[in-house]
Amino acid sequence: MKKKLNDSMKSKYILIILTVFCFAMILLSFTTDMGKGPLKYIAGYVITPIQNGVNTVGNWIAEKGAYFQSSQDLVTENRDLQAKVDSLTAENSQLQQEKEELDRLRRLYELDEQYDYEKVGARIIANETGNWFSTFTIDKGSDDGFKVDMNVIADSGLVGIITEVGPKWSTVRSIIDDNSNVSGQISTTLDTCVIAGDLRLIDEGKVNLVKLTDADGKVNVGDKVVTSNVSEKFLPGILIGYVSELSLDSNKLTSSGYITPAVDFKHLQEVLVITELKQDAPESVSNSNKQKEPVDDPLASQTETDGTEAESGTEARTENQTENQTEAGPTEGGEQ
Amino acid sequence: MRRRIVIIVLIFICFILQCSVLPAVAIGGISPNLLVILTVSFALMRGRREGMFVGFMCGFLADLFFGSALGFQTLVYMYMGYLCGSCYRLFYDDDIKMPILLIAASDLAYGIIFYIFEFLLRGRVQFTFYLGRIILPEVVYTIVLTIVCYRLLMWINHRLERAEQRSVNSFV
Repeated sequence: MKKKLNDSMKSKYILIILTVFCFAMILLSFTTDMGKGPLKYIAGYVITPIQNGVNTVGNWIAEKGAYFQSSQDLVTENRDLQAKVDSLTAENSQLQQEKEELDRLRRLYELDEQYDYEKVGARIIANETGNWFSTFTIDKGSDDGFKVDMNVIADSGLVGIITEVGPKWSTVRSIIDDNSNVSGQISTTLDTCVIAGDLRLIDEGKVNLVKLTDADGKVNVGDKVVTSNVSEKFLPGILIGYVSELSLDSNKLTSSGYITPAVDFKHLQEVLVITELKQDAPESVSNSNKQKEPVDDPLASQTETDGTEAESGTEARTENQTENQTEAGPTEGGEQ
Repeated sequence: MRRRIVIIVLIFICFILQCSVLPAVAIGGISPNLLVILTVSFALMRGRREGMFVGFMCGFLADLFFGSALGFQTLVYMYMGYLCGSCYRLFYDDDIKMPILLIAASDLAYGIIFYIFEFLLRGRVQFTFYLGRIILPEVVYTIVLTIVCYRLLMWINHRLERAEQRSVNSFV
């Protein structure tokens, strides 16, 4: 009896010790960044290869399963697809024309390089364990040059942002995640807004759009929403989605509504990571500006460019500060 | 020793299944919670201390990979294991009603605690939505998975116990 009592006391002590440990870890990860650094590296080395393997096996099985689809399905699908190909070809030729026009215009404005980001493909290998958030792991990391805050896109639009990086994996928080806040702008009117993910809207395939400064009411349903220039972490001009609903807020200054994201988050398997950070981007823009500066008087232009550069630097820094409030990471709980 | 290795391997397998295979069989975007099943099952079959350790490991892994604060899920899973381990004495091995009941209760509690700390504190107050859309479906799906998994876990435990018995006998 005494032994049993001792045993139960002992496990109670262990429970208390572990509880204290957990609270310490929670505090540590809220106050500093280092909470899970080294441990995660070790765990990542063990787990990630296995996840990769499980995924390969799963894909193989799925592929084999696809072979046994009845030919009937394939025939009807083929017919449908043929029709789709026809319509798409027509659409494509039209788009081709428009693209040529766009290219001409871009060359005109010399904005070409701004949209030409380096991209690396990656495969999604694991989803978050619970049902609450929309984060996932991809199979490439710092070995492939990935860094925290790099933007992740899928073929048609913005998927999310890298929040953690290991040697061979990275964690991506998607824009539909409840913690995600992206500052965007309407592509037609250039009005800025915030795209905030919300768990309640995931089923409907929508994302919140809030704080749209649209005093003139020029924004229409169906307008494109792209990432904005003032965002600290997101490169400008990446398509996020289309406005699907809009209404004026009670303060009569801002509007809010919903957008339909351009990416199909339910069937996401491969993503592209833009290996260019927004923090580095302004540098290259100012450099290119410098080259385009007329060189009538070399000395004068030199001082001038120095001035503009310093100015843009401070601007970027103040932007960073405001941005930090809107685009807070998961630990800060992005709500405002 | 053998038991420890087997349990650690089991935890790893469950974690990997949880984040790579289970999302593929999710119904309506809801996947069952295998880690809760593992924690509660071992707590019931082996008592407080082992439930506590299994819960600690499961929560720690979940926190490491996807948690916002390291330690939060660890704490929840650990207490889950410890409290369910208190029912160790009330429990007969071949009765599946008890584990189902406890796993359902644990998953419900897990969901509600998770909601309170990760959503309510950020001002998402519409509890009924989260209850109906996330928590309850997860509980139901987890129960279904329990019916499949529990026998397997029980079998593994029996094998381990028999092996331990044998080694003790040979030792004496």
